[in-house]
Amino acid sequence: MSVAVIRFPGSNCDTDCVRATEVVAGLKARVIWHQDAIPAEISLVILPGGFSYGDYLRPGAIARFAPAMAEVRRFADRGGHVLGICNGFQILTEAGMLPGALLPNGSLSFVCQDVRLRVERTDTPFTRRYKKGQVLRMPVAHGDGRYFSETPPQGVVFRYVDENGDPTPEANPNGALDNIAGMVNARGNVLGMMPHPERACETLLGSTDGRALFESVLESSLGVGA
Amino acid sequence: MLYRVEARVSLKPGVLDAPGQVLQRSLHNLGFDEVKEVRVGKHITMEVEADSPEQARARVAQMGEQLLANPVVELFDFEIFEGAEAAR
Repeated sequence: MSVAVIRFPGSNCDTDCVRATEVVAGLKARVIWHQDAIPAEISLVILPGGFSYGDYLRPGAIARFAPAMAEVRRFADRGGHVLGICNGFQILTEAGMLPGALLPNGSLSFVCQDVRLRVERTDTPFTRRYKKGQVLRMPVAHGDGRYFSETPPQGVVFRYVDENGDPTPEANPNGALDNIAGMVNARGNVLGMMPHPERACETLLGSTDGRALFESVLESSLGVGA
Repeated sequence: MLYRVEARVSLKPGVLDAPGQVLQRSLHNLGFDEVKEVRVGKHITMEVEADSPEQARARVAQMGEQLLANPVVELFDFEIFEGAEAAR
């Protein structure tokens, strides 16, 4: 039973994810090259942030065809837990494993800042250790995070909010539809989010609000009590 | 037979085109007040080997669906020309 972090050419948050599982649960995640097979003992797959394939064509558009992604899809179809952060979220929408698309930020500027997130659902394997309505602080760092969908999306797990916990336009760093920052699929075993929980697991980094996400999903996937 | 393909990827109408809005504002700043809307897309040129124009069209349509455009937010259209060199 272990955790796999998939490394694509251009991933740059892979090591941060490995560090997060180690800091939170003392668990050494395995880094899997995007062309390699996912070992059978894996029970959580993390698609890390970065700029896979230089974001050519569209962020995530090329990475979704990586051999490892065919395995990630089969893994998710069997009910395995998949966490896509930032570029990982973009890859999951491009692969059709989550609905909608992530478009260039409304401002056209790259945003690199702390945001506030409201936890909308705690009935997912990723958020069971949060309280519904809890407001978290963690960083975003992306140029293409404007969530868009033609139909109102189900499965919203995180929304960008202000200091009062309200999803205002001012609190929305990228123009995302309905302030959507993260969502799960219908089955609830695949989560995509633009903010970086792996960068919010240690006091030194300014926030520990991301710890409970890793604690939740490691407990759900591996039965690891953190 | 070699075909030259001129393909275009554009955002669906109704999807906010942030780069288009910035260009429109910049054009207005330069005095081009007559510009009422700007949409930004991608132009993709390919040379494609196929037995017939029908086959080339069918294959390029598949390329658009699977990779070149994201059908959630984008439209894909193209023209094909016989003889890659002649069409340049």
